[in-house]
Amino acid sequence: MKMSYREAVRSAIREALERDPRVFLMGEDVGKYGGSYAVSLGLLEQFGPERIRDTPLSELAFVGCGVGAALGGMRPIVEIMTVNFSLLALDQIINNAALLRHMSGGQFSVPLVIRMATGAGRQLAAQHSHSLEGWYGHIPGIRILAPATVQDARGMLWPALQDLNPVLIFEHVLLYNMEAEVDEAVVATDVRHAHVRREGTQVTLITYGGMLWKTLTAAQQLAQDGISAEVIDLRVLRPLDDVTILDSVRKTRHAVIIDEGWRSGSLSAEISARIMEQAFYDLDAPVARVCSAEVPIPYPKHLEEAALPQPPQIVAAAKAALGRT
Amino acid sequence: MIEFRLPSLGADMDEGTLLEWCVKPGDSLKRGQIVAIVDTTKAAIDVECWDEGTVDELIVAPGTKVPVNSVLALLRTIGESPEECAQWKAQHRVAQAAAQATMPVAAAHAAPAGGAAATAAGRRRVSPAARRYAEQAGIDVDALTGSGPQGAIVLEDVQKVADKGATAEAKPVVGAAAAATERAVEMRRTIAAAMARSKREIPHYYLATDVPLEVASRWLGERNAAVPVTERLLMAVLFIKAVAKALLRFPEFNGFVREGQFEPSSAVHVGVAISLRQGGLIAPAILNTERLPLDQLMRELGDLVKRARAFTLRSSELSMPTVTVTNLGEQGADWVFGIIYPPQVALVGFGNIRERPWVESGQLKLIPAVTATLSADHRASDGHRGSLFLAEVSALLQQPQTL
Repeated sequence: MKMSYREAVRSAIREALERDPRVFLMGEDVGKYGGSYAVSLGLLEQFGPERIRDTPLSELAFVGCGVGAALGGMRPIVEIMTVNFSLLALDQIINNAALLRHMSGGQFSVPLVIRMATGAGRQLAAQHSHSLEGWYGHIPGIRILAPATVQDARGMLWPALQDLNPVLIFEHVLLYNMEAEVDEAVVATDVRHAHVRREGTQVTLITYGGMLWKTLTAAQQLAQDGISAEVIDLRVLRPLDDVTILDSVRKTRHAVIIDEGWRSGSLSAEISARIMEQAFYDLDAPVARVCSAEVPIPYPKHLEEAALPQPPQIVAAAKAALGRT
Repeated sequence: MIEFRLPSLGADMDEGTLLEWCVKPGDSLKRGQIVAIVDTTKAAIDVECWDEGTVDELIVAPGTKVPVNSVLALLRTIGESPEECAQWKAQHRVAQAAAQATMPVAAAHAAPAGGAAATAAGRRRVSPAARRYAEQAGIDVDALTGSGPQGAIVLEDVQKVADKGATAEAKPVVGAAAAATERAVEMRRTIAAAMARSKREIPHYYLATDVPLEVASRWLGERNAAVPVTERLLMAVLFIKAVAKALLRFPEFNGFVREGQFEPSSAVHVGVAISLRQGGLIAPAILNTERLPLDQLMRELGDLVKRARAFTLRSSELSMPTVTVTNLGEQGADWVFGIIYPPQVALVGFGNIRERPWVESGQLKLIPAVTATLSADHRASDGHRGSLFLAEVSALLQQPQTL
C-alpha cells in the first residue's frame, strides 16, 4: 500500500506498541500535539497517556528516563524532536546508554531506541539544521540507523527494539512527506547492511538518508551522459557495512561519497579512509566527496541550497573522478 | 645475512635488467668487487658490492628486469654459519613473498633517487589499480597515455595495451637493428625524464666568465713536448682539476638537493659528460677528483671515455657524481649553459678554446681563451658565490703547475 514516510514511522510505532507491552513512546509534544513532525498523531488516543508520554522540555531528563526504563526492563522509544536538541542529552546517550552494558560486564543492557529528525533544507536556520550523525558514529556501543526509504522507515524500528544496545534512528526532515508503495507484510527490514539502490559499473556513489534521493537524481543524469553509476544507501551508519562498500568500489574503481555533514572529521572522511585502507590498489582515482559547505547552514533559501550537496555537484564530482569534464 | 640490492645508478634510473652474474654461490667478496652486469637504459654497468662476505644465493636470474632496490643476491657475513643463514631465510621468505605481492607500489616507492618517478611533481599519475595490473602484466606504464583525471593512467588504459600486446606477441622477433633503435629511444626517454625534471624542479641561474689560457696553453705545450704522446695531457684535464679544487673552497656547488634540502658532499666526484657515438650522453664520475695528480686524472679520463663508449662502466661511477663538468672541446660552440643533472646542484661548462682579442694593462693582444660557465641551483647557492667560484676556477687555471 502507498503511504508517506511519516505514516510509515507511525505505523511501525503502532505495531511495536501492539506487539510488545514493554514498548512505550516518550518525548516532547508526542502526545497531545501529535509530535512536532506529526509522527505520533492519534497514538495518544489509541494507547493512552501511560504509553504515549509527553515530557517536560529537558532532553537530559527524558533521555535519562529512557535509559533508566530500559535498564528496568522496558523497551522505550524516545523521540528527540531533532538532532540539534540531542546535544543536551549527549551525556545520557554517550556516558550512560552507550557504556553501561560494557562497564557492567554485560550485567545491564540498555535496549533503548532514540528517534530524531535530522538535516537541513527547510529554512530552519543554523541551530535547527545540523547533520550530526557522523558525531554519533564515532561512539562504540551504539547502532545508528538512517532509513532513507519509506520501507526502511516502516521496517527498521522493530529490529532496533530487539537490539540490546541503544539504537539511534535518524529521520531526515525532508523525507517525512515522501510517499511510496510499502509492503506491509515486511514489518522488519535488515538493520545490518548497506543496500545497493541502483546498480552501475563505472562509479560508486555512497550516501545515506536525505542525500539518497539527490544522489539517485544525479545517477540518472550521469546515465544520460553515458556514465553508469552505482548508488549505495548506507542505511546503517554504525557499524559501517564495509563489505558492500568495498565490493562496489572494487568493481567500479571510483568512489564519490555524498554526505550532508560537514567534510572535516565527517562520516564521509571515515568511509574514505576505509576505502583507502582496504581497496587502495583497486582504485583508479582518489576518493571524492560532496559535503555541505563548512559554514553554519544559512537561513535564506538560495544560500541554504548553495550550502548543501546538490545533484549537479554530485554529477560533477563523479565526472571528475572519471576524468570526464 | 646481507641483502645485496640493485643500486640506483643515477637520478634517471628506476629499473635495470640483470645481464650477467660475475660471481657464483660460495665465492667470497671483497669490498668494491664487481658482482654483476646490469643493463640500464643508458649502458651495461658493472655493479660493485660494498659489503664483504660470501655469496650465498643468487636471487635474480640473468635476463630479468627488476626495480631499483630489489634484492639481487644474499650474502653470508664473515663467520655466519649455515644454520644461522637457514634461520634468517626462514624468517624472511614470508616477508619477501608478502613484499612481492604488493610489489607495484613498493617498487615504485623504493627508488629513492628514482628519477621522475620519485618526486611528487615529476611522478607520472598512475592509478593504483592500473599500477598493479601493469606490474602483473609486465607493461611499462611510462610508455602509456592516460585517459583518467589530469591525464592519469587508469586501469582501462593498461588493459587496452595488454589486449594489444597479446596479439603483438605473435609477430616475428625484432632484429638487432631494432634493438639498437629501441635502446636509442629508451636513452632519449631517460634523458628527457631527467632533464625535464631538472628544469621543472631546479631554479637554475647561469653565470659566465672568459678565462685567459695563455699561461695554461704555454705550460701544457711545454709539458707535453717533453713526454711521450701517450702521456700528454688535454686542457680538459686542467679544467676538471681546477673545478675540483675550486669546489673544496665552494662546497655549495658540490652535493645534492634531496627533498628540498641541500646536502653538501665532503668528497668531490666530478661527473664528466661524455657523448656516446649512437647519440645520447652519460656523465660518470672520476672519484675523488681533487686528490688525483694530473697525469693520473688524464689516464682515468681516457679510461672512462673508452669504457663509457664500450658500455662497461661501474655502478659507483654512475651513482656518485657530486657535480658535472661538460667540455665542448675544439669543435664546440663558444658557450654552454648546461642543465643540472638532478639531484646535483651545479654544472660547469667549458666552450671552445679560441684565440681571442684580450685587453690587459691597456694593451690589446691575441691570446687563447675559453668561456667558463656555471649553471647552479639557487636553492643551494647564490650568484655572488657563483661568481667567486668561477673567478677561483679562472685563478687556478693561471697557475697550471700547482694543479
